[in-house]
Amino acid sequence: MDALDAIDIARIQFGLNIGFHILFPTITIALGWILVWFRVQYARTGEPEWLATYKLWTKIFALSFAMGVVSGIVMSFQFGTNWPGYMNTVGNIAGPLLAYEVLTAFFLEATFLGVMLFGMNRVPGWMHLTATVLVAVGTTISAFWILALNSWMQTPTGHVMADGQLIAGDWWAVIFNPSFPYRFTHMLLASGLTAAFLVAGLSAWRLLKVSEDLAAQRTLRTGILVAAVLAPLQILAGDLHGLNTLTHQPAKIAAMEALWKTERGAPLVLFAIPNPQSRTNDYAVQIPQGASLVLKHESDAELKGIEFFAPDTPPVAPVFFAFRVMVGMGVLMWLLAWFGAWRLRIGSTPPWVLWIFAGATFSGWIATLAGWLVTEIGRQPWLVTGVLRTAEAAGEVSEAQLGASLTGYLITYGIMLIAYIVVLTHLAGAGTDKQTAQGVLP
Amino acid sequence: MNIDLPLIFALLMGLATLAYVVLDGYDLGVGMLMPAADEGEQELMVASIGPFWDANETWLVLGVGILLVAFPHAHGIILGALYLPVVAMLIGLMFRGVAFEFRVKAQGWHRELWNWLFWFGSFLASFAQGVMLARYITGFESGFGYFLFSVIVGAGLCGGYVLMGATWLVLKTEGSLQKKSIAWAEWGLLWVALGVMMVSLATPIVSETVRLKWFDFPRTLALMLLPGMCLAIGITVWISLRRLARGATRVEWLPFAGSVAIFTIAFAGLAYSLFPYVVIDRLTIWEAASHPSALKVILVGVLVVVPLIIAYSAFSYRVFWGKARTGMYD
Repeated sequence: MDALDAIDIARIQFGLNIGFHILFPTITIALGWILVWFRVQYARTGEPEWLATYKLWTKIFALSFAMGVVSGIVMSFQFGTNWPGYMNTVGNIAGPLLAYEVLTAFFLEATFLGVMLFGMNRVPGWMHLTATVLVAVGTTISAFWILALNSWMQTPTGHVMADGQLIAGDWWAVIFNPSFPYRFTHMLLASGLTAAFLVAGLSAWRLLKVSEDLAAQRTLRTGILVAAVLAPLQILAGDLHGLNTLTHQPAKIAAMEALWKTERGAPLVLFAIPNPQSRTNDYAVQIPQGASLVLKHESDAELKGIEFFAPDTPPVAPVFFAFRVMVGMGVLMWLLAWFGAWRLRIGSTPPWVLWIFAGATFSGWIATLAGWLVTEIGRQPWLVTGVLRTAEAAGEVSEAQLGASLTGYLITYGIMLIAYIVVLTHLAGAGTDKQTAQGVLP
Repeated sequence: MNIDLPLIFALLMGLATLAYVVLDGYDLGVGMLMPAADEGEQELMVASIGPFWDANETWLVLGVGILLVAFPHAHGIILGALYLPVVAMLIGLMFRGVAFEFRVKAQGWHRELWNWLFWFGSFLASFAQGVMLARYITGFESGFGYFLFSVIVGAGLCGGYVLMGATWLVLKTEGSLQKKSIAWAEWGLLWVALGVMMVSLATPIVSETVRLKWFDFPRTLALMLLPGMCLAIGITVWISLRRLARGATRVEWLPFAGSVAIFTIAFAGLAYSLFPYVVIDRLTIWEAASHPSALKVILVGVLVVVPLIIAYSAFSYRVFWGKARTGMYD
């Protein structure tokens, strides 16, 4: 194999950064709203347990938020340093979307997070509740803009050429491009599930240490019930998103299903090792006509294979495997959530059940990262489908500089991630004991 | 209607950058002063910047965002040439940012480590920003002289941030920590005076464009107003610090306001040196600007949203008005 060249390193570096970054917004988007729920419960009941619960989870939120902010700042620079051709070509579309994210979301969440964290004894209760709501609103607005941009890159619409430049002809069509409603919903639900399993998992961890902790019992219930409601919705949303992809990015679907050849009655490949040399699947376990049935709802419908899209095709194996990890995790999380809801209903959560949930604390991360790999590798070789290839957007930074900075980032992220997980486990293990009950009246 | 969009966006980018330098400047400065304080004082110092640092840093995202979206051609050149100092700054900002959270939650040597990373991150980010500034105004030339110039500007900017951090602490603390802060501010002011002088002398030497802009009689006489004002404010800050050291309390806000003014004047001088270039001697703001359709859309957003941002930022500063207190975050 050839040594890595600059574009590969640029790719690895950007992928590493964005993959690291996405872990934290995935938690905070939904955790912000769960905090609103805790805060409202405290305002409604005035119980010190709710206040302590709110304070504990505010710390976990703040920590996750800080991780997201600092890695997000790196991203805002890497757009330009790693992919200068990107802004030169589609800057007139991407620029305003990113600018609106900074203006409408980043300042809002950053400022009111300060009030939320440090202002409880300095502002009236209603103002503090409002600050909590505004932080959650900010995280959601941020997701709106960045997913609008990502979806536009996947399924671009609304752009025109003028004066030799690509500009927006219709902003409505740019923002609400064909894949946006599906991707946005899919991402919000992913965040909901990730945060729900985090809340349930860390609460279970606490209950394993102190089984009579009332606050942890409540948050375990919150996490499991939120997951139980969202998991089936996510499977439905994922299915609809897949059908949308079939219409707009059929090459991605061909890679996800490892369909090499265009055929009628295409089989559903359950497991295989896609072989890019022979352009076939080794060791395939498949259901005859399954893919046609699932994707077209007709057993002998024709599905386009990878060969049809050549030479602009994504690598098959990583998309195929990542898709199976995502779906597998999704189904597993659904089963777990309903199992947990049933155990709560019969009022029995013995240690082995708690261990399962503690073990599944970060399951949302695995599913989200796998889904992200599916969608981002699946659109290759395009950076913006039909408009700009990834290779065309790469910069001229030398391999030595990229290599040095990649090493720096790897060390930094490694330290941060380890510290994050250690502190989270430590905070959760200590539970609400260390949260002082001082605070304002509701 | 014919409006000069690139000029407006150059102005906005300048204002966002100035806001960043002033706002994150004081909290990075406080971070750099951490090793000089004892444990209890460190808690107060962090408490004085805790509610603000995140929003302060967002101005950096806005500034680089405007560069990215309004001047995409310059963005590639600038960030490509500044690649390594940018990476160093980002790694510094990352450690500093997460250290806010980790240091309060860690214990024992872990806590020491995060305290150290808090300081190191603040220092690395500040120094790297100085290097970026030096490389930027010299048009990314390489050579030993330029390297030396980068180190001087890096150290000078650290001194400037320390001055802002120390004067912020004069405003936000009391008692023995305030006493210490006054002494730090005095050192910071001397450092800044030295740094500003060296940079002002060195910049016209290393850049012909800058030299021609400043040494063009009789315009030079009018321009001398800037260093003159800087000197007058510097002396005022010094006098107010001496009075505070002797126990006066009414001028607590003056050193910080004076430091902000010094930064603003230095920034104005810099903007004058560079205008109309966005990459000195190579690319003007009009050559680098993106398509007017995109700029108009952003301008609408800026005009509607930035007043709101300023309003709720003001609200946040009002909420945390007065002396910093510890124990708010538990």
